[in-house]
Amino acid sequence: MAETVKLTINGSPIEAEKGTLLIEAARANGIEIPSFCYYEGLTLQAACRMCLVEVEKTPKLQVGCTLPVAEGMVVHTESQVVREARKGTLEFLLTNHPLDCPVCDKGGECELQDMAFRYGAGESRFTERKVHVDEQQWSPVVYFDAPRCILCYRCVRVCNEGMGVNALGVSNRGAISEIVPNRHDYLECDECGACIDICPVGALTSGIYRYQTRPWEMNHVGTVCTHCADGCRTTLGVRNEKIIRGNNRDRSGINGEFLCIKGRYGFDFTEHPERLQSPMLRIKDAGGLDSFEPVSWSKALEVVAGNFAKVKARGGRFGVIGSNHTTNEENYFLQKFARQALGTKNIDHHRSGDLLTFFDALSDRANVLATVEDLYNAKALLVVGSDLSQQHPLLANQIRANVRHHSAHVYAVTTGPVREDHQAAASVRVQRGGELAGIESLREKLKAETDLTIVFGDAIQGESLRKLIVFGDSLLIPVKYVCLVDYSNSRGAFDMGLIPREGGMSREQMLASGDLDVLWVVGANPLKSAPLASQKAFVVVQDLFLTETAKRGDVILPAASAYEKSGTVTNVCGEVQKLKAAIKVMGAKSDLEIFGLIAKEMGSDVVRALGIWSPDKVFEEIRKTVHGYDVSVPLIATGGAAPTMPLNGRVPALPGTVASAGDTLFTSGTLSRYSKILNSVMEAPGELYAGKESASGS
Amino acid sequence: MPTKLYNEPSPLETRVVSKRFGLENSHTLDTYLANDGYKAFRKAREMTPEKIVDEVKASALRGRGGAGFPTGLKWSFVPRTSPKPKYIVINADESEPGTCKDRLLMEYDPHQMIEGILIAGLAIDSHKGYLYIRGEYRYLIEHMDRAIAEAYAKGYLGKNIAGTGFDFDLYTHSGAGAYECGEETALLDSLEGKRGIPRMKPPFPAVAGAWASPTLLNNVETFSAIPPIIRDGGAAFAALGTPKNGGTRLVCISGHVNKPGVYELPLGYPMLKAIYDVAGGIPGGKKLKAVVPGGSSCPLLKADECDIPMDYDTLAKVGSMLGSGGMVVLDETTDMVKFALRIMRFYAHESCGWCIPCREGTTWLRKILQRFVDGGGRKEDVPLLGELSKNMLGRTFCALGDAAAMPTISIVDKFPEDFEKRLPAANSQLVVV
Repeated sequence: MAETVKLTINGSPIEAEKGTLLIEAARANGIEIPSFCYYEGLTLQAACRMCLVEVEKTPKLQVGCTLPVAEGMVVHTESQVVREARKGTLEFLLTNHPLDCPVCDKGGECELQDMAFRYGAGESRFTERKVHVDEQQWSPVVYFDAPRCILCYRCVRVCNEGMGVNALGVSNRGAISEIVPNRHDYLECDECGACIDICPVGALTSGIYRYQTRPWEMNHVGTVCTHCADGCRTTLGVRNEKIIRGNNRDRSGINGEFLCIKGRYGFDFTEHPERLQSPMLRIKDAGGLDSFEPVSWSKALEVVAGNFAKVKARGGRFGVIGSNHTTNEENYFLQKFARQALGTKNIDHHRSGDLLTFFDALSDRANVLATVEDLYNAKALLVVGSDLSQQHPLLANQIRANVRHHSAHVYAVTTGPVREDHQAAASVRVQRGGELAGIESLREKLKAETDLTIVFGDAIQGESLRKLIVFGDSLLIPVKYVCLVDYSNSRGAFDMGLIPREGGMSREQMLASGDLDVLWVVGANPLKSAPLASQKAFVVVQDLFLTETAKRGDVILPAASAYEKSGTVTNVCGEVQKLKAAIKVMGAKSDLEIFGLIAKEMGSDVVRALGIWSPDKVFEEIRKTVHGYDVSVPLIATGGAAPTMPLNGRVPALPGTVASAGDTLFTSGTLSRYSKILNSVMEAPGELYAGKESASGS
Repeated sequence: MPTKLYNEPSPLETRVVSKRFGLENSHTLDTYLANDGYKAFRKAREMTPEKIVDEVKASALRGRGGAGFPTGLKWSFVPRTSPKPKYIVINADESEPGTCKDRLLMEYDPHQMIEGILIAGLAIDSHKGYLYIRGEYRYLIEHMDRAIAEAYAKGYLGKNIAGTGFDFDLYTHSGAGAYECGEETALLDSLEGKRGIPRMKPPFPAVAGAWASPTLLNNVETFSAIPPIIRDGGAAFAALGTPKNGGTRLVCISGHVNKPGVYELPLGYPMLKAIYDVAGGIPGGKKLKAVVPGGSSCPLLKADECDIPMDYDTLAKVGSMLGSGGMVVLDETTDMVKFALRIMRFYAHESCGWCIPCREGTTWLRKILQRFVDGGGRKEDVPLLGELSKNMLGRTFCALGDAAAMPTISIVDKFPEDFEKRLPAANSQLVVV
């Protein structure tokens, strides 16, 4: 227990850990000391002077955000002098701040507006001319309105310290100081929008959200981002069945406030005009050419169920390819459907990390799977074969924050420069395949650490992975691992059993097989990268868009995205989180519902065998049957992330390949192709571990 | 570089630090050596660091940059045994309006300052110094580069200085035109290549200054006073002034005087004597109206407050400061509103913008004063000027905000009639465009 000191704030006795900043000690005891520039986790500024407080026995007002508490300190945060000082500071701030709150995006959740209401500096004695500067657009995402800026430098710090991007700075001085982007009049950055969210006023606004709504006119739905595997919670602002913004200002979940461009703005694929909204059947048109005819759900389900039953009856060959984006419940139900109702073992999904070997090599161990939080607390981290800030922005952010706050040691073994290099104790450059040798060269340094977390990409798989674990053991320090996978539920797809166990065909084998009778593809686009050999196959595709795979479909069923359904997903670190439906899209159904309706159409025996297809019921079954998934329901129901421990391993080697799709900051498989915002950013995506084209994930 | 003096010396001066001013080629090392140069350094080389610091303490020398912090005490704060490199930074960012003494010390007697720096190096075990010169002193940067080159060439900088085995490197570094960079921590940021904004204190530069290493930062005049102190003893220097206000200092007298110039006067010298005897009095026999005692940041003194000795403590007692030695004399014809505007234009221009009260306050005050001078003054502006200044006072990040607020408060309080005179006659209903 750290040493504590006793002090008095506003007459109440308070105890706080020695060295705590007064502003934090006060907040922890329910006393708010207002501030603009102070921001938890970022460097101290003491620039805004809003947090001035009266400390007895000191002649001047003291700055609450930089003052460490001391024994016997007597503090007044709401005395007349303090309130007058705050009012004075606000009056200064408002001299140049345009009072355009009625048209400002920030109106209603503006910190300056709140303060002005509280301290009553609404009426100004300022009768001079204000300085006007025209609004600037810095990128498709970021707009800047200089006169509204109060120069708290939060944006500069979150970009430089938080993101490690250094895209924002300050130019000029005095009253004409201005926040400026790194390319003079535009931004070249991650386009994460952290600067916009952190802005206490409406100086930085987002190209997606601006002038769309007022904050109080939206419903706010907390769910999980559907793009990469990191599993950030995002709070979607919804109005009239339309998602208008994403952020995580309530700091719920594993990511706190952090989101990348995909989590903050990459929801717009949900309303893309090419979104499928009706089931379709392939027909021959008058000219004998293939085309698609929109049909009713009952007609489409009848065709699917009829064909499934027919092929099953004659002992035909099924192939089922699941998704990296669908929920655990859907994945579980799909594999159960395939195995029990269709009687096939040919089940697979796009495997982007070698979880099989990973779990097998670590079987029977405890405390070896790192959680997202572990990355913030580890004493040392080793990143192997991944450009984390491009591919796993949250994990990269956790590591940056760890270095900033705990001085963690970071090591990178990559094929080229990565952002981690800036903070790295050592970086090793290797050719692909030389990763283990690179790691070996760090042995002495790593051995000297007190603990280590190894984060590795698809370059480490099979034998290399086993050798990596042997290497970890040989360091004789506690080592934890993260096996990187691509998408929001890649991990869950594997855990739920969307794998060709017991002699089933892999994804590649199904596509290459000439005598496949049925190919059922759920939320994936395997035909983008490889053709389907079987000409006779009856192809059923569940997807949001008319993908390359859907175009080969005989029946296409419009599916709901992750933002339109409930269920659970498992992130790259094996943490289970709950989705919450934010919107409904007319015509689309969740994949789970589609499975259920197909089962229903196939008859009561199938329904009985598969059980009820409500997410909660299916999750109950998962908790009972999937190793390591007996997680706390209240925890995830309240927005928490429950770690899973599926270390039962012992699955014999599987056919097929393991390869990351190589998505980067601005791509996300199929979804990103239909996101206007992700396609409009001008920055070149990171190339280090990028796939030739982001292909087959979903 | 001319050795001709900018102003005739006064016989009333006590010339210690400026004693070589006016000598033929006073800026050269040869002249310096021929006139007691490097005697102090050789003496200091024989002394323990503690003894050097004690001698400086005994001299009662106080920082000549403006704040007047006891120099010896500051030196003793530098952790001599720190394993980090220790730096000496010389503040030659002389920007305080009314102040022009450091330029003369560098121009006429650069080697005296260099010797002072070397003695400081001995005292704190530092081997590297940075001379931060304001960007506007372009010619002085070149001048100092020549002086430093000469010192290197003759073995008074670099390895084994003057055969004593002591090494020291000195570099010039140009400011970029920011008053704020005279504030010691902003100077350090600027020196490190960053935007010149002040740092949070603590840690103080003595503990974590340039590149987070222990750093001794003093003004040009402070370092220049070190060689005479070590040479003749701290007590001798202290005896020139008054208790706790050791020695002499260069006073820059400007404004309405017959003989403006830089004069070296002992601490505690009577202010009126300085104005009327040293600087030759006010032209045309006009009456004294006010005095800026030590640079534009100091609260003004009315004529009837000026019969005082010029030392740190007395000035503090009358609510002002001795500051940087920039004394501006204003006669009865001075329009104090215009004067207030002139200095506020300076502070609004120079505010770094870091903190809200200074950034917005100086600009707002400037706008009100400008409007006043343009004939748009209103009765309520007068108390507003005072209130806004008080809202800045003590609430800004660094002293620049105080420096802008204090003279304004003193002008509004002491010369209300000047504001009233400028109010538009009968009605003050004015359309502001």
